[in-house]
Amino acid sequence: MIVAEKKPMEEIIEEVKGYNKILIAGCNECVTVCEAGGKKEVQVLASALRMYFMNQGKEIKIDEVTLERQCDHEYLEEIRNIIDQYDAVLSLACGVGVQFMAEKYFTTPILPGVNTCFLGATEERGFWTERCQACGQCILARTGGICPVSRCAKRLLNGPCGGSTKGKCEIDSNVDCAWQLIIDRLKALGRLEQDYEKLTPIKDWSTDRAGGPRKVVREDVRI
Amino acid sequence: MRLQYPDTIRVVRVPCTGKVDIIHILRSFEKGADGVYVVGCMEGDCRFNNGNIRAKKRVALAKKILDTIGIGGERVQMFNLSSAEGPKFAQYAVEMTDKIKELGANPIKKAFKKKAA
Repeated sequence: MIVAEKKPMEEIIEEVKGYNKILIAGCNECVTVCEAGGKKEVQVLASALRMYFMNQGKEIKIDEVTLERQCDHEYLEEIRNIIDQYDAVLSLACGVGVQFMAEKYFTTPILPGVNTCFLGATEERGFWTERCQACGQCILARTGGICPVSRCAKRLLNGPCGGSTKGKCEIDSNVDCAWQLIIDRLKALGRLEQDYEKLTPIKDWSTDRAGGPRKVVREDVRI
Repeated sequence: MRLQYPDTIRVVRVPCTGKVDIIHILRSFEKGADGVYVVGCMEGDCRFNNGNIRAKKRVALAKKILDTIGIGGERVQMFNLSSAEGPKFAQYAVEMTDKIKELGANPIKKAFKKKAA
């Protein structure tokens, strides 16, 4: 899922203070799971902002809505008939949701309420780690299901480097060396010979960000 | 034990302090409460293992939010006691009431009164 973090309250206050009618829009997907922009976070933020402005003696209308997803037309359409009532929307969705809403509602300012961080997993409640960089050409079949693109600081495809010490990375002794993990897993799978000993050729990074903004077109499912 | 405690306190009963969410605390202030305190079991004595520890973290976050928005984090507090400590319950009620009296009314109410006047 996409992992995001709540923006500091002070930053959000700065963002919204020029508006009088604000809609806070949460998203029921990834940001709900990582507890940054779901219904609950919308309620807390709305309540805090209402109190902040009341305390300032300003009468500001702050409403709440949580959409199933903000990265799909049909769910964004659900607010079409109410959006004109607001001066701005504070979206707690990831960067995708904020932008998609901004494209759809061209004349309404759509402000971000979270910092979108990475594609990751929930290790435990309140603790998320990165697992994928969406490089567009998955090599997990050869690396024991552990991604060196997202988990190796150098994105090495033939690792480890000299900075790997006791299974940890030189950038931080709390960070696992991805290549140590890969070797351990390949050993457990009995695939060290087939997968590790073979050199990986230079990766085609044009499917990553190097090739500019990306798109996926599936003619078979297009209507 | 017919103990007295200040009648300004409204008791909201929950099955465990782990049920108390930040939004419950914030809404109380939004609706005009001058202070909120959460009374949970002793740490390590939660029947649901860690409900009171969760409440403690939520109270801490509520404090932070209230500080940021200018209401004042000191208006919210967590107390821990065992169910056999009735006198302590009354004592905490008095302590909290005194503290809130010292801090004065919820600033939101003050802001509104000023506007009305």
